[in-house]
Amino acid sequence: MTGFDTLLDLVLSALLVGGGIFTLIGSYGLIRLPRPMQRLHAPTKATTIGVGAALAVSALDGLGQGQISWQELLITLFLLLTAPVSALFLAKTLILRGEADRDLPPSPTGAAWSTLAPPRQDP
Amino acid sequence: MRRLLPHPYLSLTLVVLWFLLVNQWKLGSLVMALILGTVIPLLTSAWWPDRPRIRRPFALAAYVALVLWDVIVANFQVARIVLFMPRDRIRSAWITVPLDLTQPEAISLLAGTITMTPGTLTADLSADGRALLVHALHAPDPEAVRDDIKARYESRLQRIFA
Amino acid sequence: MILPHALIFFLICVTLAFALNLWRLFTAPTLTDRILVLDTMTVNAIALVILYGIWGGTHLYLEVAVLFALTSFVGTVAYCRYLLRGNIIE
Repeated sequence: MTGFDTLLDLVLSALLVGGGIFTLIGSYGLIRLPRPMQRLHAPTKATTIGVGAALAVSALDGLGQGQISWQELLITLFLLLTAPVSALFLAKTLILRGEADRDLPPSPTGAAWSTLAPPRQDP
Repeated sequence: MRRLLPHPYLSLTLVVLWFLLVNQWKLGSLVMALILGTVIPLLTSAWWPDRPRIRRPFALAAYVALVLWDVIVANFQVARIVLFMPRDRIRSAWITVPLDLTQPEAISLLAGTITMTPGTLTADLSADGRALLVHALHAPDPEAVRDDIKARYESRLQRIFA
Repeated sequence: MILPHALIFFLICVTLAFALNLWRLFTAPTLTDRILVLDTMTVNAIALVILYGIWGGTHLYLEVAVLFALTSFVGTVAYCRYLLRGNIIE
């Protein structure tokens, strides 16, 4: 057991503990926050960092054993790219169904928000 | 060349993604990656009439690093609000962000950034594509949040995209 | 070596998160909340699969995680699109 191994062990454990706590906070926020638009905030952010921590541990653990795996990078990329899109779709659904807070501000140019705008007619 | 490879960046991304997916360096994978990198942009080119004009690729890398750091900070802020702030003291607000960006790729990048960073979430785009509707989890001062988004992210994106 | 203990701690956290998600799934006030819960559960499931891979010292499970990351997103968007537009593929 060298000093480097001990250090790696400590770093990985810290990442795992932090990631686990954030995953739990994300799910707890779903229950605690009172309004639907507020509930959207907790999982999109906290859960992503939870999975991110697990992925970092997996990658570093592989490096410690001398094998490099690139798939962790791929999963991180997918999650970072897809989390905003799912959040946007959920927000649009909330707005359209009237489940979001009703006091939507008007857009600065006066155009309607696209979810509530009348569908565009294809020529 | 331009007809065979309408979107060089997209082709390059697809090749890299394919290698990440198969996780091996083999000649067969390279052939498959090149086939996918040419065929997919050709088949989907009807949905991508313009190609994004990226002026400073290195500034884009710096931007990604900045956003990744902000994502970590964002998590601590949201966690603190979720855990410790009394429910009736959470002051959520709608914020409109008028856009100076015009390229669709730049606007989607800004929208994604807003969702991943401190306490804000992109909820909608105006029908004329000139403003974003943003929901903030806890914003006692909505104007400050809007100015922060414009100064911290949009100005950088404006410099990256021509 | 405290890594195995940290792994167990993460497992407990994810299990508790799943329990909270299930509770919310059944008591959700709006339909959109249910989609959000399902989305959160798939992301938690990805974490669980990766953790199982570290536990077993193998990278085989990462393939499962990759496929899950790809397909769960499509599921969430399809549900939302159904509520938004009335159909999924126009």
